[in-house]
Amino acid sequence: MTDKALTIETVCKDRGKTRVLSDISLTLEPGQRVALLGHNGAGKSTLIKSILGLTPIQAGTIRIGTAAPGSAQARRDTAYLPEAVSFHPALTGREQLTLFAKLSGTNADVPALLDRVGLGDAMDRRIGAYSKGMRQRLGLAQVLLGQPKLALLDEPTSGLDPISRQDLYAIIDELAAQGTAVLIASHALTEVEARTDRIAIMRKGRMVADDTLANLSALAGLPIRLRVRARANADALAAELGGNRINGASVELLCSPADKMQALRRIAGLGDAVADVEMTPPKLEDLCRHYAQEALQ
Amino acid sequence: MTRFLAITRTEMLILRRNRWLLVATLIMVLFALALTFAGSAPTGTLGVDMLTVSVASMTTLSVYLAPLLALMISFDAIAGDVDRGSLSLLLSYPAGRGEILLGKFTAHLAALAFAMTVGFGTAGAVAAWFGGAGADSLFALGRLIVTSILLGAVFLALGYLLSALARGATAAAGLSAGLWLVFVVLYDLGLLGAVVMDKGGVFTQSVFPWVMVANPADAFRLWNIAATEGVAMASGMTGAAQALPAWAAPASLLVWPILGFALARLAFRRVEP
Ligand SMILES: Nc1ncnc2c1ncn2[C@@H]1O[C@H](COP(=O)(O)OP(=O)(O)O)[C@@H](O)[C@H]1O
Ligand SMILES: [Mg+2]
Repeated sequence: MTDKALTIETVCKDRGKTRVLSDISLTLEPGQRVALLGHNGAGKSTLIKSILGLTPIQAGTIRIGTAAPGSAQARRDTAYLPEAVSFHPALTGREQLTLFAKLSGTNADVPALLDRVGLGDAMDRRIGAYSKGMRQRLGLAQVLLGQPKLALLDEPTSGLDPISRQDLYAIIDELAAQGTAVLIASHALTEVEARTDRIAIMRKGRMVADDTLANLSALAGLPIRLRVRARANADALAAELGGNRINGASVELLCSPADKMQALRRIAGLGDAVADVEMTPPKLEDLCRHYAQEALQ
Repeated sequence: MTRFLAITRTEMLILRRNRWLLVATLIMVLFALALTFAGSAPTGTLGVDMLTVSVASMTTLSVYLAPLLALMISFDAIAGDVDRGSLSLLLSYPAGRGEILLGKFTAHLAALAFAMTVGFGTAGAVAAWFGGAGADSLFALGRLIVTSILLGAVFLALGYLLSALARGATAAAGLSAGLWLVFVVLYDLGLLGAVVMDKGGVFTQSVFPWVMVANPADAFRLWNIAATEGVAMASGMTGAAQALPAWAAPASLLVWPILGFALARLAFRRVEP
């Protein structure tokens, strides 16, 4: 078991009378990137704080490598990006990161790290004058300090524009390449989360899925959406194919992945009546919603 | 050790950057100078040098100002970091909670000591220059500075305690204002009321002095005034000072910072960021 970067076994946590984590199990191998998805209040941040030893758990075990949460060893091995982090507004980015470098005991090249996250020009300005995205980048810079065995990123994409998200993905990749296991908590499945090795989905404190994106898609069996544009008579086309008219000239039908080719052959067989076909595979959001709702039933 | 120093250094930087250090020092200098010049009129008639009078009035000032300045920095120390979401990050680093609190305390105390020393020191130098100063009054000035720093340390620690207990920095600020009012104003009023009701009974003679010296602000006053006999004092204070052993006030003022810090440390342990 010592080769795992993070081991979580049947963890339960109560806040007052409500159980916010129930029977959570999850493991991360070194270098693995795992997305932790779930709606607001699902318990993602609570799970991360339990891993950090910042909040006590009522049952189960958590190990960072072999170390217990909150132990000196675990704190040395873990990097953390809190949800919606902000820093003391009077400090500059360079001063703040220097403090973190000293606390972690690493001789990091602070200016180079700030450059790496795109704060090279702003490093001597006060954090009070930073935008939300810039503070998020500063938070990311401190994750890169030292060579953590485990990085816990809580909603790292919030406040980032699409280009910054690409940068974020590069940073996550870099971490994984150096052997850091990365856990990314998020309330939505975007490209960043979709490009991870595994996806774990939480709902109301329970783990409802934990697999690769491909397996989750296949397992969900979500329908593929076909939109067929008629050349002349959309009503006739709708009657022929058995789909729904969605506007003046188009018909929409849903089919399972297995039936996809058959449906396409039927459409092709209609010849000139069809002007165009558009095919949309299930969206990432749909997948997330599917697993979230499945647990509800 | 390097971690503790890193926190101290950062806190000092913050106090310099947000002008707290400048403003606090300025306030101390201005008030101390104003009191020194205002108190200079009766000099000579009492047969004491100008610095002695100046120290007496600065003692009264410090009772109000030292706790206030201390609470102004300390209320935000924990609650502010919780509000910003940066405490959880700080605690995910290898620095322990005791180390963090001690690091902040060191920086805040150093800043307070700077403001006190510069403020009272300037007034003392001015008084000595214009009105002369004996060895006694210089000693009294030194004692005033040291005890003011101790009094500040008490309220720094108590401020951390409130900062750990409060839900958010705004609540901590409100609690701190209440704490100041209780220790510096209401406590004495309550005691005065009790003495008046008691009409010189057992309470006034044996209980009252101890209850009084238990308050760090009053212990500060007693310590400074008990030895300065040339200055007129409130009658209750004279009586109390005489009824107590000489070690009572220093003991109170020395124990309070330690007690306060221990309480703050305990409360901080329970803070879930
Ligand atoms: N400090 C807290 N005190 C009490 N309840 C909390 C606290 N933080 C979170 N909760 C509750 O715990 C549950 C999980 O919250 P959280 O872990 O923040 O969810 P997520 O990060 O997935 O949005 C929610 O029901 C939330 O209301
Ligand atoms: Mg959260």
